[in-house]
This record gives sequence, C-alpha cells and structure tokens, in this order.
Amino acid sequence: MTLKQVVDNVAEMPASKKAVVDVKDLSLTFQTTDGPVYALSEVNLTIEEGDFVSFIGPSGCGKTTLLRVIADLEKATGGEISINGVSPEDARQARAYGYVFQAPALLPWRSIESNVTLPLEIMDLSKEERIKRAHDALKLVELNGFEKKFPWQLSGGMQQRASIARALSFDADLLLMDEPFGALDEIVRDHLNEQLLKLWARTNKTVAFVTHSIPEAVYLSSKIVVMSPRPGRIIDVIETKFPKDRTLDIRETPEFLEIAHRVREGLRAGHSNDE
Amino acid sequence: MMSGHAGPVSVILLGFIVLWYIGAVFMNAPTQIDRYNRADQTWTTSQLIEDTWSQERPILPAPHQVIAEMYQTIFATKITSKRSLVYHSWVTLSSTLLGFGIGTLLGIILAVGIVHVMTLEKSLMPWVISSQTIPILAIAPMVIVVLGAIGIKGLVPKAIISTYLCFFPVTISMVKGLRSPQVIQLDLMRTYNASKWQTFWQLRLPSAMPYLFASLKVAIAISLVGAIIGELPTGAQAGLGARLLAGSYYGQTIQIWSALFTAAFLAAIMVVIVGWCERRVLARMGVGA
Repeated sequence: MTLKQVVDNVAEMPASKKAVVDVKDLSLTFQTTDGPVYALSEVNLTIEEGDFVSFIGPSGCGKTTLLRVIADLEKATGGEISINGVSPEDARQARAYGYVFQAPALLPWRSIESNVTLPLEIMDLSKEERIKRAHDALKLVELNGFEKKFPWQLSGGMQQRASIARALSFDADLLLMDEPFGALDEIVRDHLNEQLLKLWARTNKTVAFVTHSIPEAVYLSSKIVVMSPRPGRIIDVIETKFPKDRTLDIRETPEFLEIAHRVREGLRAGHSNDE
Repeated sequence: MMSGHAGPVSVILLGFIVLWYIGAVFMNAPTQIDRYNRADQTWTTSQLIEDTWSQERPILPAPHQVIAEMYQTIFATKITSKRSLVYHSWVTLSSTLLGFGIGTLLGIILAVGIVHVMTLEKSLMPWVISSQTIPILAIAPMVIVVLGAIGIKGLVPKAIISTYLCFFPVTISMVKGLRSPQVIQLDLMRTYNASKWQTFWQLRLPSAMPYLFASLKVAIAISLVGAIIGELPTGAQAGLGARLLAGSYYGQTIQIWSALFTAAFLAAIMVVIVGWCERRVLARMGVGA
C-alpha cells in the first residue's frame, strides 16, 4: 500500500514547479563497532520550490540524518541527491540553505544582532549591509528591539527565534529546520508555528522541517513525509491542501483530523515492524 | 567581593601571625639561652621572649622584624641601590614578564597546532608532557651555562626558564579550550562554509578564553618561580633569587624572609591583575554583563 501511495502522491504533483531537493534511492549506513547501522535506506523524495515539507517519525527513523545529508553535514553512502541541481557539497559552498538546529546554538559572547550577522561576516558582506540585513531578519521573527541583548538575557523561545533570524539573514531560498521547537512548551510552540507560517507565506521559501509532533507537522506542512526506523525509510508521503495563510483554527477541522489520523496510522505501522 | 572575604581572611591571618610569634620563641630560644649562659646572665621568661623576637640572625625571624626589613629595603632605600628590594624585584619581574609573554605565546601556538594538525597532536603532545617531568632545578643551571657559553646572559636565560615552566598550563588549557565548541556550533560554521581560519577566530578562540585566563593565572605565578630559580645559579648577582641565595650564604634569615614575602606579594599582585583582565575581557564578551 505504502509504495503505491507514494507513487500516487508523486503522480498528483503539479509538474510545473522546480525541484529544490531531489533524492533517489538514497541510503546511509554508519559503520559502528556494534556493526552497521542503517540510518537511511532507499529514500526517494522530491521537495519542490515553495514546499513546506515535514519529516515525522520516531527517533532513529533517520529524519534528522536525511536533513543533515541535504545540508552536507553527513555523506550518503548510496543513491543520488541533488540540491538545486548540484551536489549537497556544492550547494553548501554556495550557501544555498539556512539551517536551524534543535538548540539555538547562539554564540554566548555575541549580542543577538551580531549573532545574526555572523554568517554575513563569514560571507564578507559590508558592515552596513550586515546591520541592515540583521535588522530585517530580526523584524521577520519579531525580535526587533533586542539587537543589543545577549543570548542569556532572552527566553528559550526568543533564542530559537534569533537562531531562525540568523538562518534567514543571508536570504537562502531553502530553510532546513531540525526540530527547532522541540524543546519549547506548547503555547510558545503554537506561537512560533504561526510566525513560521506567516514567514513562509511572505517569503515563499522552501522549508524542510523535522518534527516528532503530529499536530505540528499537519498544521505547518504542504507535504508530510512519514518515516520509520531500522532501517530509516519513508513509509508515506501525504499532501495537505490547507491554504498558506491557515490559522490555528484548522486544527479543529475534519480534514486536519483525518490527515493527523493517517500520519498516526503510518507511524504505528512503522513501529509494529520491530515489536 | 572583598567585604565578603575580609572577615574570614583576617581571622586566618591573625591566627597565622600568633602561631608565627609563638614559633619564633621556640625556634630561637635555645640559641638565646645559650647566649645568656655564656654571658653568665640571669634571665626571665618575658626577657627571653622579647629577645627571641629581636635577634639579629634568628632561625625564625618574628613578623615585625621581616616587616621592618621590608620597609627598610623597599621604601627607605634608593631604588637604584643594590640593597633595595624594589631594584631586585624589578630584575626578577622583568624576566618573569618576558618569560610569561613568550611562554603564553608559545603555549597558544602549540595548542593551535595540536588542535588543527592531527600529526602534531601525536608527535608533540608527549613531548609537551614529558618536558614537565624534568625537575626545573636540574635543568635551570644547564640553560644558564649553555646560553652563557654562547654569549647570552642576563635577562633572556632567566626568561627562558620561566617560559619553560609557563607554556605548559597554557598549552594544556588552550587545547581543551579550542576544542570546547559544541558539535552543533561547529556544524553551524560548516553550514556557512566557514574556512578553518574563520572558525578559529569566530568560534574556537572566543570559546577558549575562559580556559586561557584560568591557565594564565597559573602561568604568571610559576613564571615568577622560574625567574627566581633562574637567578640562583648566576652567582647571586641581582633579583629576588639572588637575595635568597645571598641571605642563605650569610645566614641573613630576615633578608631571606623579606625576599620570600616580596616574591609572594608580586605573584599575588600579578594574579590579581590577570584576574582583572579576565573580568574585563569576559564582561566584554557578554558574561553577566
């Protein structure tokens, strides 16, 4: 059923959009002292321009690994992957994506503003340009006014917003987010989800978003990729038809609950394999 | 900060001084009694105590004798005089600072090499560690003699001994400090396609600052020790080490203790200065600002 579903879903896609991430038969095996670990196995996926793709699955399903392969932080051991038509390494060197980690990873000795300008400094932009872009990026995440604060003076949610501003500052078209709100409480998470959606609608960026929250995945995404562990693989790809300017209210609609149900079923099916 | 510590510190200091006075009585009493006997003099206990605190060459001089000597040689003597402790302190301090500067630089360079070049870690680290297993007292005269034979005398050989001692804590701490960035921070730099240099300046070096300052406090203190040891084999020309050596030649215990305390004060002042720099730098880096 699952393979057919994937094929069906792929067939449904409008062909006009440009593929930002194209993954074919990708696999990644870590050689450890306890023997090989199959982190990813025969993964096929296309992320198109303007997509918001969520990766969901239990820990060990390879969702973070997949994101890291896209970001050239890990090397695939088999299959093909291209980002904007080039290899992940070339894409990274062209600064094709902004990456948001699980933790804010702000440098504690830099103010919020100069944390956001860090990538711009590395890219050798002029000081005026850096300040201007940092200002714009902080405005996008509603952190204007906090430029001169140090990270420890901000709450966890604000720190993560600053790290998103940092990923936005150099205006890459692709945003890779690895469970960015995983450590935050529900209320803050809802708020940041809303902000992220607005940001996505406004900037038309392509987003790849790793999460283990079903409501978060369904609420945010235009496409949900359900993954399963041992070996890490894709077991379902679900497209949602919610408008880009959706609000939190859609979580009460039957359509939302139906998709959430399908995601949950997929996760459950993936789990039953090893229990 | 001082007000919180002042009470306990004063109590300890007071106890220490009392013990010292008592110790001086017991240490110096035998020679004093011997002196009374030879002069066929009768004596009382209070007289004995008073006399043990004012001998010219006591086994253990009393605190006020040391303080008087320090006052005499620091404030009441022209600083150009060879009897001035200020003069001797400067001689020792200058080579301490030179050695500290070179040692710190060397320590940092070694650490940068060890962190960035895999082969250096394997080839250099064992030598760095084994260098410190050789007693400095054994190697110091060799350094002085060898360098003296090729015409290098005075400040530089002593500074080299300081360097030899003080690069070590700097290297060890900096290796740890430069490796202290988290994986997530290194990954972040990688996503920006940052060069090794950029990662070093923007991430590794700032991360290592707390480690650096912790090691500098140790380094400056042992740098002083190195300079004093370096002065011992030079035949008591100048410096606090020379004062120590001359004092022990001529049984001038008061002079020895004065030099010791001066050295301790110098070390304390330098550690305080490093601590002050540390607070300034870390405050600028946003720590508790």
